[in-house]
Amino acid sequence: MSEIYRTVGLSRTYRNGSRSVAALVDASVTLQAGQRLGIVGESGSGKSTLIRLLAGLDRPTVGEVWFAGTQIDQLPERKLGFLRASVQMVFQDPRSSLNPRMKVGDIITEPLRSRLVRRQLDGRIDHRSRLAEVMADVDLPLDYADRYPHEFSGGQRQRIAIARALAPKPDVLIADEPVSALDVSVRAHVMNLLNDLVASHGLTLVVVGHDLMVVRHLCDSLLVMQSGRIVESGSADQVFHQPQTAYTRSLLAAIPRIRTGPDAPEPQSSE
Amino acid sequence: MSLLEVEGLCVDFGRRRVPAVRGVSFSLSEGERLGIIGESGSGKTVTALAVMGLLPETARVRGSIRWRGGELLGRAEKELATLRGNAVGMVFQEPMTALDPTMKVGRQVAEVMLLHRETAGAAARPQVIAMLGDVGLTDPERIADAYPHQLSGGQRQRVIIAMALVNGPDLVICDEPTTALDVTVQATVLELLDRVLTAERAACLFISHDLAVVSQVCSQVLVMLDGEVVEAGPTSKLFTSPTHPYTRGLVATARLDLVNPGERLPTVEDYYALGAGQ
Repeated sequence: MSEIYRTVGLSRTYRNGSRSVAALVDASVTLQAGQRLGIVGESGSGKSTLIRLLAGLDRPTVGEVWFAGTQIDQLPERKLGFLRASVQMVFQDPRSSLNPRMKVGDIITEPLRSRLVRRQLDGRIDHRSRLAEVMADVDLPLDYADRYPHEFSGGQRQRIAIARALAPKPDVLIADEPVSALDVSVRAHVMNLLNDLVASHGLTLVVVGHDLMVVRHLCDSLLVMQSGRIVESGSADQVFHQPQTAYTRSLLAAIPRIRTGPDAPEPQSSE
Repeated sequence: MSLLEVEGLCVDFGRRRVPAVRGVSFSLSEGERLGIIGESGSGKTVTALAVMGLLPETARVRGSIRWRGGELLGRAEKELATLRGNAVGMVFQEPMTALDPTMKVGRQVAEVMLLHRETAGAAARPQVIAMLGDVGLTDPERIADAYPHQLSGGQRQRVIIAMALVNGPDLVICDEPTTALDVTVQATVLELLDRVLTAERAACLFISHDLAVVSQVCSQVLVMLDGEVVEAGPTSKLFTSPTHPYTRGLVATARLDLVNPGERLPTVEDYYALGAGQ
């Protein structure tokens, strides 16, 4: 395995008038190629700030971000083409992350038309055939490409968002709460799809979420954040079964479990 | 006599050919808690809105909705408004849109009281503060003088619950009350709901797509699919031995704890396929 991401003492402070808010404090993370990292924490814990810095969508106040051996936090946007092509994101709410005025096919191939990304890709990449490939990847019929996002359900829209992310053949997929806006019945489909795609395409995956059960299912390692700091990290099994901090234990305790009656005991886990 | 009786409820909207709710029946006695489970578009919210008389005018409602034996359908809006907020409290999903952003939250809670009670304005304040304290808000004085945007999501949802409960309702209708919240906040809000419903001896109609959440609060469950009830019964039975393939699939997909990480999760369609194969 080779290292794909490394951050050193990463901090991000937002200024709001005279007040300053430390959204991320001294975060050092390494990510190997092929790793599946889950980042969990409550709103305001800094998990979204961290992935925005990884994706080069924001700049740290202090610290360094290295991607595939290149320091990216100081690079101007015009030199970030390689990052834009290799790192793609999937967002929480597919209702707001897909342009309602564009046809599905245009949405999916949009990353291929970006000037920055295009320079990084094989110039002869055929948009039609790539569209067909990624739509097959996410199990959507090709004739959906001529329709608009509003014609689809939440789960289908999230598939469209995933197809768009896959279009430029990225190495890293960053998913920010990919299933928390979906119904429970749809959630299973999208999680199965993500697991299959990561395995078949050899992707490196970063999943952000507040539901530890969901994140654990998708990831092999976990990072727990609280008030901008990383409070615990380790393999998914270790964090899940031997949490080291009270905060992680409280996150685990908060997972809603099916109770079979108001006073029924908690059902035993399979392990 | 039941507190609320819904019989053969059908709702359809203007142009749509397919009715949103088709022949839904259930009854709720004093202090009973009924969960309605279903995915988006299954008709669970429309059912709740129909009970409250809050459907838009384009809706055609047939069937019967009886409150303490009296028919609600066809009653004047003014009578329904008296019922709402007084005998029936409501908790909606998105606490930011359910609160008025330009009004301090204490006043918003007081407003609900003043509309339905004989209390004078100034006398309301101590009761509002006490209610905000009851829903587990520390420092209720400060919260009462805050605007919604100054509060966190969990605090806002507690304020909404305070508003729903301040008049001591007989029924509280909760529509996805914790879906917009973090898991940790969700756990505390569910505990709170359970506690205040017990303390007020109020009945509850609890709508959610999340089985685990429903099982925390309700003793009876109704599963809706495409506007119809496909299965109903006590929570304990429905979640341990569901019979309809949709319910079986739903229960299986919700049990992430029974699947090893990375393995394929069961889906609802698997259970339909099973049923067809038998």
